[in-house]
Amino acid sequence: MNPLLAEIPYWGQSLLRVLGGLVAVLLPAGTIVYVFLFKMMSFMQSRLGPMEAGPYGSMQLFAEVGKWLQKEDIVPERADVRIFKMAPVIVLLSTFLLVVAVPFGPDAWFTDFEVGVFYALAVSSVSVLGILVAGWASANKYSLLGGLRAAGQLIAYELPMVLAVMGVVIQAGTMNLQKIVVAQNSGSMFGFDAMGHPYVISQFVGFVIFMIAIQAELTQAPFDMPIAESELVSGYMTEYSGFRFLIFFIGEFATAGVFAMIAAVLFLGGWGVPFAWFGWTSIDDIDNWMNIAGPIIVLTKMMLLVFIIMWIRFSYPRLREDQLQRFAWKGLIPLALANIMVTSILKVAF
Amino acid sequence: MSITENALGDRQRLAYIASQAADSRLNVELETEGMTLNIGPQHPATHGTLRIIARLDGEQVVWAEPSCGYMHRGYEKLAEVRTYPQVTTLINRIDWLGSFANEVPFVLAAEKLMEIEAPVRAQYIRTILFELSRIANVSLFLGDLGVQLGAITPVFFAFRDREYVLNLIESATGGRFHPNFDRIGGLKDDLPAGWVDEARAVMKKLRGFCDQIEDLLFGNEIFQSRTRGIGVVPRDVALQYGLSGANLRASGVDWDLRRDHALPMAWNKVAWKVWTHPDGDSFARCWIRLQETRESTKIVDQLLDSIPAGPVMAKVPKIIKVPEGEAWVSTENPLGEMGYYVVSRGDLGPFRVKIRSASFNNISITPWLLRGVYVPDIVTILASLYFILGDIDR
Amino acid sequence: MSTPSSTQPRITSVAEVKAALGDQLVDSFFKDDLWLRVRTDAWKSSMRTLRDSLGFHYFCFLSAIDWMPSPYGRGEDDPTEPTPERDTTIRQGYAGGTTRLQVFARVGNPITHVGVTVKVDVPDDSPRIESIHDVYAGANWHEREAHEMFGIVFDGHPDPRNIYLPGDFEGHPLRKDFPLLARMVKPWPGIVDVEPLPGGDETAAGEEQ
Repeated sequence: MNPLLAEIPYWGQSLLRVLGGLVAVLLPAGTIVYVFLFKMMSFMQSRLGPMEAGPYGSMQLFAEVGKWLQKEDIVPERADVRIFKMAPVIVLLSTFLLVVAVPFGPDAWFTDFEVGVFYALAVSSVSVLGILVAGWASANKYSLLGGLRAAGQLIAYELPMVLAVMGVVIQAGTMNLQKIVVAQNSGSMFGFDAMGHPYVISQFVGFVIFMIAIQAELTQAPFDMPIAESELVSGYMTEYSGFRFLIFFIGEFATAGVFAMIAAVLFLGGWGVPFAWFGWTSIDDIDNWMNIAGPIIVLTKMMLLVFIIMWIRFSYPRLREDQLQRFAWKGLIPLALANIMVTSILKVAF
Repeated sequence: MSITENALGDRQRLAYIASQAADSRLNVELETEGMTLNIGPQHPATHGTLRIIARLDGEQVVWAEPSCGYMHRGYEKLAEVRTYPQVTTLINRIDWLGSFANEVPFVLAAEKLMEIEAPVRAQYIRTILFELSRIANVSLFLGDLGVQLGAITPVFFAFRDREYVLNLIESATGGRFHPNFDRIGGLKDDLPAGWVDEARAVMKKLRGFCDQIEDLLFGNEIFQSRTRGIGVVPRDVALQYGLSGANLRASGVDWDLRRDHALPMAWNKVAWKVWTHPDGDSFARCWIRLQETRESTKIVDQLLDSIPAGPVMAKVPKIIKVPEGEAWVSTENPLGEMGYYVVSRGDLGPFRVKIRSASFNNISITPWLLRGVYVPDIVTILASLYFILGDIDR
Repeated sequence: MSTPSSTQPRITSVAEVKAALGDQLVDSFFKDDLWLRVRTDAWKSSMRTLRDSLGFHYFCFLSAIDWMPSPYGRGEDDPTEPTPERDTTIRQGYAGGTTRLQVFARVGNPITHVGVTVKVDVPDDSPRIESIHDVYAGANWHEREAHEMFGIVFDGHPDPRNIYLPGDFEGHPLRKDFPLLARMVKPWPGIVDVEPLPGGDETAAGEEQ
């Protein structure tokens, strides 16, 4: 029971949770799309990006949303109609399911799972189903190729992601995301507690593996074989237009944001700052203003990680499917297993 | 071929429409023994309306066959009804990215038959514009290479730097894409004032662009693993199929028509290097084009330093009648060897023009080359062979 | 136009070529470049000789010429007047010829950078000639194009489909008796009053002197 919401009647709490969930997913998505896709990509490509809609093009996203919403709802004649319509919703659903596990402040959380990590990893695979369904149900050979490539790739990169996170769990000693945040911020490194103990430093290998794995989970270049615009037109999204494409689009960037939030929680210390700065010793000591500052801190850390993801996306060519698989199975997984081994040995030894 | 109402019966008309539809639509049956995929004619990867019919086994190609003709404009028939000066407007549009280079072999063939030579200054300017069109063409190739492989950023740098070259061409000839500047006997006009200095500055920028692309794209490990060893064309196969230009040099053949053919152009007046590569794979083809672009900027620099003064047009009659005879002139165009076989009957226009375009031969190797590769490699191989649809289909 | 240094190697190889081909060669012509005409039944064997004995490994192109002058002229006939009489005698070009259609190919030597144009007569009554796709693999597509444009049948070609034109196209467009439809529909420059060019040119644009 969340102490922050204890006085509000139940229907009020549910309403707040729903609104909070929508904001937690859509606000990062919109910010990422504007800052990174419209502006950062343009500046890296020596152009300005959208400038017309609103000051410096800030309303461009609303313009695009409006454009897509008013388009005709086209379903291919031979497509499996019900599943075709369900596929984008499944992908977006997994994002909402994922954001539920992320803590935004000492009391600002949706649910406090004891097995938060396990839940998050399990639920992030739901989007694979959506993509596969989209590829098959479209009755289009390009979509089929894209969907099958996606299935292979996303399953292959689930494993390094899970194994990289295992290192963090071993180090923190818990699967509860809130406790992982507290462990990072209240811990100390070599006796210094000025920076807390963000796992990005001690689990650096795991951090790198996790970032590569989420690059692949998001089907961003260099792992964007399922979309592969120059070969498959749009891969599994080829037949989708209008509102359904909008859901895929928002889903892509919302998932990027939520994965980055999870990475921030696991490796960068989540919503917190090192407790030593304010003299707190446990989660009950934290002042209430942290519940307002927490989400902002999460957002900042998320933007930092998404910057890295997008930067790599705009720069690198894409790996071929077999090279991609080889990299995952022969490169990342052994490395992640070695990481777990070293972490457990060091954890037991010290 | 249009169908008139009373020409065919209903059943024949429906059969015709069905066969046309089957020809062009995306085939949707999902056979398990192998999938036939239509890549094109509308596709982000093909530089125009090229259609490749590929039979796939999973991700591997069993056979692939290009189906050309979506842009066939019948230039050889059209050239027979035009006068010699009018033909240059047609042939400008064969390779539309480096279009000054298309006019040159035809004009040289006509001059060869008339036994006149353009003045030296015109030869220098022709060569400079030829190399500029090569730089414009190949810099787009380098950017497009990134897009085909998934790197979306270099193409913007390519277009930005190509604009400088196109502005140069426009200030000299009046047209960015279709200059139509060559005349039989010389050029239409002289260069504007200040063009030479501007051209030198642009060449420096282009060299910077080449370095940038080499860093961003060619040094990238993923690019190397996508292109090395892909689409290897052995030397004798390349010669048999008539591959030309960078494709032939990438297979180790020392062949450059600028050096080997004696033409009234200014290439033999400056010092430059012919780049070859022994591997014959996609990486070699792309790499050679990059080096050649740099080499072209050096050629232009040297030519700019030594342009002689003089007239730009020889004394030709107002109405051009080319004496009877046959002539073959081919030049090292950006895409490969482009040549014109002009048969003249002493008339105002040619009797027969055979246009030998480089991309036709370059693409004729794809049925042989694309067997057994993966689907992403189709795009890599096509991107490295580099074709323009107007060049294939004329 | 050709500097002396580049005609030297050509002259020596002319003699070589003639010697290697022997009696397969019917006629030849040299003017800055070498033209050969070979016997119709020796087309494939002479191409093979060129490739193997003389080192002409590079295949440039293969096409055909229709030597009959076009009965439609250049599409400038006034459709209201009767068609003018035109001279339709067939006169072949360099290296002679005896038939209306001729197939010609150009091959090159990648080492000496010498090229040669080889022509062969195609019989008028039944236009068939051997296919050289097994001598030069690149001839495959060029022969398909020559077949659809001129109607010449290449014996032994593995895949004689149309390459540019749709499958059910009738006629052979590059033959001179196939009219250019655009000019039939509207002859050039059309029956239009053409204004004189600005600048006081006394001949109007589009009129011949």
